Amino acid sequence: MKDYFFQDTIGKPMDRVDGRVKVTGAAKYSAEIELPNMAHGVLVGSTIAKGRIKNIDTKAAERAPGVLAVLHYQNAPKVPGYVQAAHPTEPKPIGQPHRVFYDDKVYFNDQPIALVLADTLERAHYAAKLVKASYEEEKHTTNFAKNTDKAILPTAAKRNPRHGLNDYVRGKEDAYKNEPLKIESEYVIPSEMHNPMELQAIVAHWEADDKLTVYDKTQAVIGTQNAFAREWKIPVENVKVIATYVGGAFGNGLHTWPHETAAIIGAKKLGRPVKLMLTREQMFTMVGYRPHAWQKVGMSATPDGKITAITHEAIGQTSSYEEFTESTLQQTRMMYTSPNVTTRYRILPLDISTPIWMRGPGEATGAFALESALDEMAHVLKIDPLEFRLKNYTERDPEKNLPWSTKFLKEAMLMGAEKIGWSNRPMQPGTLRDGEWQVGYGMGVGTFGAHRGRATVKATLYPDGKVVMQCATTDIGPGTGTAMVQIAADNLGVAPEQITFELGSSLFPPSPSQGGSATVASVGSAVRAASIALKQKLASMATGNADSGFRGAKFEDLTFQNGQVSLNNSPGTKLTYSDILKQQGLPELEVTEESKPGEERQKYSLYSYSVHFAEVKVHPLTGQARVTKMVSCADAGKIVNMKTAGNQMIGGAVGGIGMALTEGAVMDVRFGRYVTKDFAEYHVPVHADTPPVDVIFVDKPDFISTPMGTKGIGEIATIGVAPAIANAIFNATGKRVRELPITPDKLI
Amino acid sequence: MNQFQYVRPTKNKAAIDTVTKDPNATFIAGGTNLLDLMKRGVVMPEKLVDINKLPLRKIEKESGAVRIGALALNGVVAEDKLVLEKHPLLAQALDAGASAQLRNMATVGGNMMQRTRCPYFYDTALPCNKREPGTGCSAIEGYNRMHAIFGFSDKCIATHPSDMGVALAALDATVLVSGPKGDRKIPFVDFHRLPGDTPQIETNLQKGELIVAVDVPENNFAKHAHYLKVRDRASYAFALVSVAAALDIENNTIKDARLAMGGVAHKPWRLTEAEKALVGKPVSEHTFRQAAEVAMRGARAFEHNQYKLKLAPNSIVQALKTAAGLA
Ligand SMILES: Cc1cc2nc3c(=O)[nH]c(=O)nc-3n(C[C@H](O)[C@H](O)[C@H](O)COP(=O)(O)OP(=O)(O)OC[C@H]3O[C@@H](n4cnc5c(N)ncnc54)[C@H](O)[C@@H]3O)c2cc1C
Ligand code: SF4
Repeated sequence: MKDYFFQDTIGKPMDRVDGRVKVTGAAKYSAEIELPNMAHGVLVGSTIAKGRIKNIDTKAAERAPGVLAVLHYQNAPKVPGYVQAAHPTEPKPIGQPHRVFYDDKVYFNDQPIALVLADTLERAHYAAKLVKASYEEEKHTTNFAKNTDKAILPTAAKRNPRHGLNDYVRGKEDAYKNEPLKIESEYVIPSEMHNPMELQAIVAHWEADDKLTVYDKTQAVIGTQNAFAREWKIPVENVKVIATYVGGAFGNGLHTWPHETAAIIGAKKLGRPVKLMLTREQMFTMVGYRPHAWQKVGMSATPDGKITAITHEAIGQTSSYEEFTESTLQQTRMMYTSPNVTTRYRILPLDISTPIWMRGPGEATGAFALESALDEMAHVLKIDPLEFRLKNYTERDPEKNLPWSTKFLKEAMLMGAEKIGWSNRPMQPGTLRDGEWQVGYGMGVGTFGAHRGRATVKATLYPDGKVVMQCATTDIGPGTGTAMVQIAADNLGVAPEQITFELGSSLFPPSPSQGGSATVASVGSAVRAASIALKQKLASMATGNADSGFRGAKFEDLTFQNGQVSLNNSPGTKLTYSDILKQQGLPELEVTEESKPGEERQKYSLYSYSVHFAEVKVHPLTGQARVTKMVSCADAGKIVNMKTAGNQMIGGAVGGIGMALTEGAVMDVRFGRYVTKDFAEYHVPVHADTPPVDVIFVDKPDFISTPMGTKGIGEIATIGVAPAIANAIFNATGKRVRELPITPDKLI
Repeated sequence: MNQFQYVRPTKNKAAIDTVTKDPNATFIAGGTNLLDLMKRGVVMPEKLVDINKLPLRKIEKESGAVRIGALALNGVVAEDKLVLEKHPLLAQALDAGASAQLRNMATVGGNMMQRTRCPYFYDTALPCNKREPGTGCSAIEGYNRMHAIFGFSDKCIATHPSDMGVALAALDATVLVSGPKGDRKIPFVDFHRLPGDTPQIETNLQKGELIVAVDVPENNFAKHAHYLKVRDRASYAFALVSVAAALDIENNTIKDARLAMGGVAHKPWRLTEAEKALVGKPVSEHTFRQAAEVAMRGARAFEHNQYKLKLAPNSIVQALKTAAGLA
């Protein structure tokens, strides 16, 4: 087999294909789309967490200059596809997205209760301030800590005893409890907001009564298309979703949200296009977030460092109308050799908006508890935490009882340890200093399923040698378009400059949503399949031509390179792709190929792995903690582009620093309302919080995962970072902080 | 944001007259605070008097003081040679505030006048005595992590967010004001008020009065001055606690001292008793610890700001150590 992989463009740090249009501002994001006769919408949010709207006074708003309409549950056009039921959790076991302007009920604070439509954005904002509502308030439940006893097993698990969200017991249940050497700790993370730079925005346009076009910030072009077709009871092909550029999303574009439907309702009412962009404040309530979670880990081990049992429990919050769940406890079930493992996952419905996966999703939450607990256990055992992890390293998946497809985590751990200078780590916490500052080192491991979905790519070759490929995936920032061009270039034997990869439109062949680190695996495999199909067509044309010199040659006898095909054993016999098309008199050559995972997924257990190392300094008087060095290592199969993949790892590490040290949305539970909802009060890390991040890739292909040997990166870049930092802080100070973020008040 | 008129006078008098006569008119300088408040609907002026054309940008020596015009930009003052030479404490405090972008818009007058960052003040859906007198204080039994430990009242426990102000309080600055009744000078420590029963009134500036400059008198603290700001991230966050510390040291003995704290009260909090506890004492961590204890007398915390009772004295010690060259 010819291993195309280790040559040509793949793996090279190629510049982003859309870099120039992005930095010059030529790229148009959803909120920048201008349509003729477009109106602007601004949402008014409720000021209570639960109850009924008694009255909405819109008179002043309607009289304000430029206002076209003020819509609310009493006068908004009905959404035909909204399930009719008294309470939204009734019709479906896991609830349904909030039905905007459906009735007078309020389910969470800042729920959209009215839409002001005006001729300019400013006028819409002004009038929105004039809308006044009065309520019949009901007692709300928003205090997570006080209500953990009301947590429930997710309905999906109740319905299906084999569902992965059910309780899991390997060996003996809660076996750690009877062991002499054990730890038991509780961990809490606050709600975190994705807060991508680009605010959520949509331009909705009814091109005909039953034909809808939306320019929408989303990670799921096809999912969004289907959702709106269902909501409006129109054929799927009548809904067009465009998301050419997405300015970061981190998961909050994986669901459709009330503001999107509100804009579509507005466009319906006015008979003109409507643009609606959320404010930063609304990004805390009108789209999802990483749910507040409580966890408890019990762990026991032998004196020489073999883990004997782990019990890991988690409760994550969700809304009253939708059951959001995530796989918080996955890593605990498969990462270490422990013969006894128990996991229990629960959700706690509160009168708040629905959460959604946020980068590294549940796995990052779970890893904070598990990897902190490992550090605590190692400390009790007086064993180096790296050695402790290596002692409990598994060469086979103990949960599924399957071999790993590939696993080079040990290599990653050793490379990372070397790079951070792990040998400087003192065994005794609080003993290493740099001047006044206490110094410490910590590590954390992350893992995420190496997922792959079904995707289709259309590829068209033109007589000038140019290739256009199309797929309905998005590029929310990882450099999807760039990676696809590289994969196409290598598989097709065409220079990357000749290839255009078009994405972000429902007019293109389908792709899964861009989540779960699966885009390169899913769409990349389809790009490869389309490339091979194109080559096969070229081959049959070349070999079918009597006087081409290729007559009778088989596909395997041919080399495809530099836009030409040649005979392996007679390199002088060659034809350019253009020549083949011209000879055939073809204006273009087109293929559409679908690619999907196969039965390898029943035979192997597939994961990506990461390990993060942090050096921190903590000031003993002021409690300020600084990450002074960070090393992130990934075993993510073959790396398609060192530069964009490196960017992913750095971004993930910065997200992890935020999770560990700065981020957390605070709710005043008396009102059920967030009190830190702008960038002055919700602290994402700034440059001064982030040291240069050293990124190391093991870069070994996993051909069981995909034909390119790739596995996902996006999630593992964040999973395990927060515990690495928390563990380093313990090593520096002897203080174990189990509630994030670790702000100065917790360290003095 | 509400609708408003906008004027841009070129003479102080015209600006003062407009604001004096129109009850709903207000000055706007850099706009970095006022515009945010208008967008949130916290304040709704009907007329904005843009003062950027007024001749108030100079930084100069004037009768033994450095006189800084009210429109001098925070970023410019922080890098001004005269300021760096005479009052490095002020430059450090300004540099610790906000972000480079904001400092390039924010003015010295606007900085003094900025409003609290209490989240309830910003959320028009929730009660707040400062925004709407008589509605109640949401912070007292709510999220009060950023709130005061000194000088608060049962009406309001907010803190003043300015960093610059903490240095000005320590450095005995004077605010020069021009108003409908003429010019006057207000000692900086008397410029801001404690909340008492009227938390909505934050300064002793009268309607129509324009800040024209601030004078920072000559002193002997330039060699041993430090502004320490402890915050939730390494940069671009308001102070949990900040300390302006200035020492005049001779033969390892403290001849004179200035000390003020931020993030602890409704105004920049000058610590005169602690200063007295420093004077005449040897430079040592022990001395600083004792002064910190004096400084903390009378401090009282709420549910979420208990940590300030420890962080504040720790920060005083650390700031003094750094000022003295011990850290
Ligand atoms: C995200 C963010 C972070 C920040 N972080 C910090 C920080 O860490 N530390 C810090 O100290 N500050 C911080 N700030 C606040 C910033 O310093 C102030 O917004 C700024 O100093 C205000 O100056 P301005 O000229 O923009 O005032 P404006 O917004 O124009 O005005 C503010 C007020 O002052 C009045 N005013 C202005 N000039 C005069 C005058 N000459 N006479 C009388 N009244 C006048 C106006 O009427 C208005 O009421 C931050 C601000 C933001 C938005
Ligand atoms: S502390 Fe002051 S500003 Fe904050 S809610 Fe209370 S009254 Fe309002």
